[in-house]
Amino acid sequence: MSHAFFERNSLLLLIGILVVVAIGGMVEIAPLFWINGTIEKTSGMRPYTPLELEGRNIYVREGCYVCHSQMIRSLRDEVERYGHYSLAAESMYDHPFQWGSERTGPDLARVGGKYSDAWQRQHLDDPRSVVPESIMPPYKFLALTPLDYRDIEDQLRANRAVGVPYTDDDIKNAKQDLEAQANPNADGVDQMQKRYPKAQSRDFDGNPDQVTEADALIAYLQVLGTMVDFKTYHGNAPENRR
Amino acid sequence: MQTATAEQPMRLDLAAIPIFLLIVFVAAIIEAARSPDPRMVFQAWTFMACVAATAIWYARTYADGIPAEERTGYANGVVKAGVIASMFWGIAGMLVGLIIALQLAFPDLFYFPDLPWTNFGRMRPLHTSAVIFAFGGNVLIATSFYVVQRTSRARLWGGSLAWFVFWGYNTFIVLAGTGYLLGVTQSREYAEPEWYADLWLTVVWVSYLLVFLGTIIKRKEPHIYVANWFYLAFIVTIAMLHVVNNLAMPVSLLETKSVSLFSGVQDALTQWWYGHNAVGFFLTAGFLGIMYYFIPKRADRPIYSYRLSIIHFWTLIFIYIWAGPHHLLYTALPEWAQTLGMTFSIILWMPSWGGMINGLMTLSGAWDKLRTDPVLRMIVVSVAFYGMATFEGPVMSVKTVNALSHYTNWTIGHVHSGALGWVGYVSFGAIYCLVPWLWKKKDLYSNALVEWHFWISTLGIVLYITSMWVAGIMQGLMWRAYNDYGFLEYSFVEVVQAMHPYYIIRAVGGALYLIGALIMAYNLWRTVRSDVPARDAIAGPSFAAEAAQ
Repeated sequence: MSHAFFERNSLLLLIGILVVVAIGGMVEIAPLFWINGTIEKTSGMRPYTPLELEGRNIYVREGCYVCHSQMIRSLRDEVERYGHYSLAAESMYDHPFQWGSERTGPDLARVGGKYSDAWQRQHLDDPRSVVPESIMPPYKFLALTPLDYRDIEDQLRANRAVGVPYTDDDIKNAKQDLEAQANPNADGVDQMQKRYPKAQSRDFDGNPDQVTEADALIAYLQVLGTMVDFKTYHGNAPENRR
Repeated sequence: MQTATAEQPMRLDLAAIPIFLLIVFVAAIIEAARSPDPRMVFQAWTFMACVAATAIWYARTYADGIPAEERTGYANGVVKAGVIASMFWGIAGMLVGLIIALQLAFPDLFYFPDLPWTNFGRMRPLHTSAVIFAFGGNVLIATSFYVVQRTSRARLWGGSLAWFVFWGYNTFIVLAGTGYLLGVTQSREYAEPEWYADLWLTVVWVSYLLVFLGTIIKRKEPHIYVANWFYLAFIVTIAMLHVVNNLAMPVSLLETKSVSLFSGVQDALTQWWYGHNAVGFFLTAGFLGIMYYFIPKRADRPIYSYRLSIIHFWTLIFIYIWAGPHHLLYTALPEWAQTLGMTFSIILWMPSWGGMINGLMTLSGAWDKLRTDPVLRMIVVSVAFYGMATFEGPVMSVKTVNALSHYTNWTIGHVHSGALGWVGYVSFGAIYCLVPWLWKKKDLYSNALVEWHFWISTLGIVLYITSMWVAGIMQGLMWRAYNDYGFLEYSFVEVVQAMHPYYIIRAVGGALYLIGALIMAYNLWRTVRSDVPARDAIAGPSFAAEAAQ
């Protein structure tokens, strides 16, 4: 067959291109949706609480992902520096994923619980006041800005539409849960923790007067990498081999 | 030249486009009035301003009927507009790049705690989008419109639809760029704009495809020229990638925020399938279209090998698509997909170098022109950088190399050897060719200034990529270094500290590159401003015959 076949007929050229460029993606991406074991079976993963979800939105808004990865590779030094290598299951509720591509700053996949809330607050306000060599931008406006969560029910609904298992109950109580997580003395803390097992309720930014963006972001940072129960996960078990 | 006659044919585009603009303007008014989201209100007002500018342009251009320019010869106005937009966005994007490079080098001087929108996290997408999509995109649209007309011997199809593409695309750029500063982002690298901007771009991109394909269909040449294969593959594939990667559920139609359809590992591979092929089709296939037209034209030699062009084309577009997973080696992506991605990345070296050889060898018999024509030299050097970056890429996608290079500044260096050396230089070369051609001048205002541009920016590239190589490899080695007791030798922040001198050198390199572009802008401005004698009309006799029909 002569190449003139494509060269003289624009629509055939167009179709030829489409066929050729479609193959790679179909072979590589499509199977990830149906091959068993693409996402490991783990215990402990739950959807983000409303406050954590708002914190994640701030993480996205400020472009934290351009400098911080959330993906510990299965390499010795990374596992020793950051903790257990990241599992696919750990980002199964991340729409979109936050694996990142650069480590201008350290990986944050397991930063949850590593530093106190007060350290996080101080570090966000003025990174160089706690880490003099840091080149991170200052985020002191977060603790001064009240969190805008008027659309939190819609956010949970949108996440449910793409597959995150929020229940009607979760959506109905989203505002109350959000406020309860930022105020450990609130009435709804127990119910919030029933809906979101092991969720921590604290005044994350140290300012009891209002729920700020810093409350949400710190709540998110403190849950990162803490959900999966690694006592019950065995990387070498046949079902987890990929 | 013909004059506008009384009985002009009805032009569908002059009815459809204004009506469409009116509809989207009303939609934006509703958003601005109803949305409780201050960011959405700001974006709606920005959008209305852009649409209004487009409408005013339409009204002024077509108020007295169809201008005579539209009935004779090729459509040059939209190409000129694209060239001007390219230079504007190029300089703006490089300036933002310089600012964020200085932020990493001198955080105390270049961060402003009271201005959240100046932080690195919001400016970095502004830089990448401004140079890739605003500069690169306008270069691609302008050159493709120029090339497809000459190689098809046909005026652009669709009347003013090409102008809609120009205005619509730049509206998208303004919407995206202001959005980043406001904190509106999907956090998908190189696909950050939110759902409504993505929808708008889809409309614009389909219009672009229609103009380009329509022009090819009505061509007077029996064969479709090789440059147009590459442009077509770029347009079609970007459409596919854009639509699939941006599938998302808006939180509400009145909110900027959306959540992506996929999550976690599937989302990651979809994004890097997109991300790598934004490189492969936007920054490579499209600019190869430029190479295949401007090198033969400027060197006045035929393309080295027709057969190699065919092999280059089909293998490149087939293999590129598979390379995405090399961005996710040793991650939670299943091993089989990683291996597939690495394998195809290595194979990709071959078609890339086939294309480089085809471009460089076109100079056969005309190598002496490199001494006398700095514009041709710039384009040829761009192809050499293309060869270098497309060798480095496969090396970095070998898993053992990637274990070191991933997450480090080496990747930044690699990207910039491609972006500054290949994309930047081939674009500058094409624009240096186009400005005298379009504005009908004998030559550029000053070849000496092109020499200055070339050498200053080359020095800039060398400083940029060498500093990032050293920084990246050092970073990778320090992260994995162990001391005699078997503990990690360096804390993370010690590695950050070690980057300081290299961040400074990188900023100097970027500044030199920006200075080169400013020299270029001055040179072009003097060329256009009639400091150069005019040249006779450029439309060839064959086209004049067609235009008379």
